[in-house]
Formats: sequence, C-alpha cells, structure tokens
Amino acid sequence: MKQTILTVKENKCIAKDVYLMVLAGDVSAITAAGQFVNIKLDGLFLRRPISVCDVDDETVTIIYKAVGKGTKQMTSLQPGAELDVLTGLGNGYDLDLMESEIAADKKDEPVLLIGGGVGVPPMYNLAKRLLASGKKVSVVLGFNSKADVFFEDEFRALTEDVTIATADGSYGAKGFVTDVLPESYSYFCTCGPTPMLKAVFATTSTPGQMSFEERMGCGFGACMGCSCKTITGYKRICKEGPVMRKEEILW
Amino acid sequence: MVDNRLKVNLCGIDIDNPVIPASGTFGFGYEFAEIYDINCLGTFSFKGTTKDPRFGNPTPRIAECSSGLLNAVGLQNPGVEKVISEELPKLRECFHKPVVANISGFAVDEYVYTCQKIDKEDQVGWLEVNISCPNVHGGGMSFGTDPEAAASVVRAVKAVTTKPVIIKLTPNVTDIVAIAKACEEAGADAISLINTMLGMRIDLAKKAPLIANTTGGFSGPAVFPVAVRMVYQVSQAVNIPVIGIGGVSTAEDVIEMMMAGATAVEVGAANLVNPFACKEIIDNLPAVMDKYGIEKLSDIVGIAHK
Repeated sequence: MKQTILTVKENKCIAKDVYLMVLAGDVSAITAAGQFVNIKLDGLFLRRPISVCDVDDETVTIIYKAVGKGTKQMTSLQPGAELDVLTGLGNGYDLDLMESEIAADKKDEPVLLIGGGVGVPPMYNLAKRLLASGKKVSVVLGFNSKADVFFEDEFRALTEDVTIATADGSYGAKGFVTDVLPESYSYFCTCGPTPMLKAVFATTSTPGQMSFEERMGCGFGACMGCSCKTITGYKRICKEGPVMRKEEILW
Repeated sequence: MVDNRLKVNLCGIDIDNPVIPASGTFGFGYEFAEIYDINCLGTFSFKGTTKDPRFGNPTPRIAECSSGLLNAVGLQNPGVEKVISEELPKLRECFHKPVVANISGFAVDEYVYTCQKIDKEDQVGWLEVNISCPNVHGGGMSFGTDPEAAASVVRAVKAVTTKPVIIKLTPNVTDIVAIAKACEEAGADAISLINTMLGMRIDLAKKAPLIANTTGGFSGPAVFPVAVRMVYQVSQAVNIPVIGIGGVSTAEDVIEMMMAGATAVEVGAANLVNPFACKEIIDNLPAVMDKYGIEKLSDIVGIAHK
C-alpha cells in the first residue's frame, strides 16, 4: 500500500453511467491485476474503493459507475485535478497459484476471464498479463443492455476470443455470462455482481479465482468492516481478498 | 526522536506522547507498521478481544455519514488465546512499547477470564475494558449504561489483574458522570470515553437499513464536540485520568481534548481514512503547541475547567 497524490489525466463517459478515469503519478504499489485503489473525495468521509482496470509505469486506469454520491462526484473531476489515493490495495489475481492449479492435461487450453458490469475492468489488465506470459485467454463479458456495454474494442484488440452477452439481448448473445461459457478452458477468473459470481461458481468445471465486493471502511485491513467467512477462515475482502480461490468460498 | 514536551504519564507509565490509536481502527498494528514506524505512537489500543473467537456481525457493517461513519463490526477477533499466541508475538516485532489491551465480554466472568489472561502478558501496559460496544447483543454496552453493572465489572476485573485498568464508557446514557464515578469508586485506574454513538442509516432505494445489524456506532469528526463535552464533565467529577476519544483528527483536536481534561487522547475513525493520521498528529503537535504558547502538554490537562 502507498498513499500518493495522483493527477487526473482523463475522465470520460464510456457507457451509460460508466466512466473511465486515467490517473497519473506513482503507481508502483500496484503489482497485480484485480487490486484496487481507494480515493479520497472532497466533502466525503470514507474513501471510495475502485478496481484497477489497467496500469503502466506512470498511470492507472479505473472504470467506475456513477451510482452514489461519491462516484457521481467523481464524474465532475477535470483533467489536472489532484486526488489523494491509497494504491496497491488487495491481493489481486495470483498467477502463480493459477499455474499450480491448472490441470496437466489442460495446459494448452485458454484461461477463461468472466466479467460482469463494473466487474469487467479488472479482466482487462489480467488479460494483458496472461497474454504477456504466453497464456491464451477466452473473454466473456456480461452487461444488462446494449447501452451498458464498454471496452469491447479494447478486449478485441487483445484477443479474438471475446463473447458479449446482454441480459435483455439488445447486444451480443441474449442471456447471462453463464449461458455463453466456452466448452473448454483450463482455469477461470471472474469479477462481477454476487448473483453472477454464484452462477459462475455453479457452472464452471475447473478451479478458478473470484473477486468479491463489500462495503469497506478503510480498504487496507484495519477496521474489519468487510470480513467474510471462507473454508480457510475469516478473511478481509480488502486485505486477504478481494480475490479468493473458488475452493475456499462459502456462500 | 522523543520530544520531551509531548510526554505524559498514564496511570504511572510514561508515554512519549498522548496520541493513541483507538481500538478497532488499528487492528494489531501490522497494516500500519507496513507504511511507517509505529513506535512513534504513545501506545495503541489493540483490536477488541473477547474470551472466544468471534466473526462479528453480517455485512454490510459500514455506512458513510456526514463527517463520520457508522460501523457494526461486532467485535470480530480471534479470541484471547490466539491473540496471545499469534498476534502479540507478531506485534512484538513492530512495536516495542507497552500496548493497551482492549477487552470485551458478554458476562462478568468472561471479562474476568480474558483480563486475567491478558494481564500476564509483558507487552501489555494497560487493560482497557470496553463496557460500551453498541454492536453486540447482551453484554457490551449493557454493562456501561448502569452504574452498578459497570462497577461490578470493574470490581471483578480489578480483583484478578495487576496492570492499570481503564474503563471505556459509552456516550449512550443519560448521565455519564454517574457511570464514571461508579467505576472510580469500584477501583478503576482510568476512564476512556467516548465509544461510538448509537445510530442508523436507511437505504432509500432498498427502503431498509444500510447496515445489516440495523444500528451501528457513529464515529468521526461529527462526534468530537460531544466527546469534548463528556470529557470535560467526567474529568471534573473523578480523580483518575481520563482518556479522550471521539472524532479526534488533528493536533488541534488533541490539544482541545486535553484542555477539556484528557490526560491522553485516542484517535479512531481518522486512521481509517488517513492511515498516517496519528503520525501526522504527533509530528504537528510541537508547532501547534508553539502557536498557543504551550510549553508541555502535561501542563494543559483540564486547563479549561472553570
């Protein structure tokens, strides 16, 4: 974890109520896909935790949905604005663990990445990291409706194997992500709303890693505000999570 | 480097400064030790510990409020045995001063069991007995809302411990002075106040409470004036040290709390928003003292009393 001042470079609407923000500064504490940042906003007491969509040497990209007071306030931030941000929070997806959990006879199959709504962004940096490590990826993205779809082109620039589903059928396949999962894959990683995670948990046939959400106090493990029970004991979603192994999840 | 102007004495133990992270906002210190040397603190009050392990309340446990937050964590902790066997040895590596052991319970004999165990630990300088948690059913706050019930916990704990016993009080009472006096008469070595104020928020879209426990404890800068008032009242009514808690976020707040009568000050909610809050407060204290012509912090305790 690092506390740092980041400068807004870009902040634009990319789908219905969904915004992409690029922040520049010291982002060196972000070391894994699936981590999050926690942003202090003027006039609000608690920070706002937002997952990392992408990161490079100088910038971090986040995608957020304007649903509450904090995220709505974020939409009005202009380039040049400075934000007090805690970076490098949470464990993120563990690629070494993934390697060790992939069955020997499936090593050549793609890793399945399943994102739903604002759970889509972490899949982007994860896809990049996996592709860079020589893995194949198969991406399945779920949205409610055509107006909610974002980042399709960005994912397609990484891989041809991208499937979009919308719940109302207004774009891509009609249905939920679990209706369009491929037949064969080596492993899965997912992030999205809890009902989707439950469905993915029930539908997938391989080991995998799943990212969870909870209302947080601090975001760095101090307050126990976001704890959950797992097979391996109590975990703080902000610290030992947000990514958990499928095998340890208790619903 | 220790600044002698900041030193205070808490129940016979000298501490380098009066700034103490409050229980439940600082874990067992490690998360903060990752980002700064927590030995700059006067001491800190570790996560509320009970006889048995507790998961606490269902989530959501947290809700944002104006200038503060509601929490209903419900005393999640690994239980006193594991605190002693696992947490304290880890803490020893990053914190080399006596620590405040924060203890909760659901019956007098639970307080007794846990306090007796933790009292034997060398690292523990003080016991802070929480009779004021608003987020658990039975025990907790119910001991802190009645003078005789509060006194019964104090007497029982004092009978089995050797270290100074601080009693942490709830503001959710009609007369906190009566409770504080009952604790003093029963043998308490110090009083800390205030724990969180009982509150709730409702999610308009769901038409239901935001917090799974329905109610939670309200803390943060919004409660600071309430805490100052209660510290002012209690510190005039008792002859034992008072630790001021409630919304402290700046060096100025520490000084105000001490002028109201606090010998030391706990910082809670501020740690959750700014993990460097306590370090920054300690670093800023000398300049703020200069501004107000304060030579030593120990000179100003209760100076505002009329």
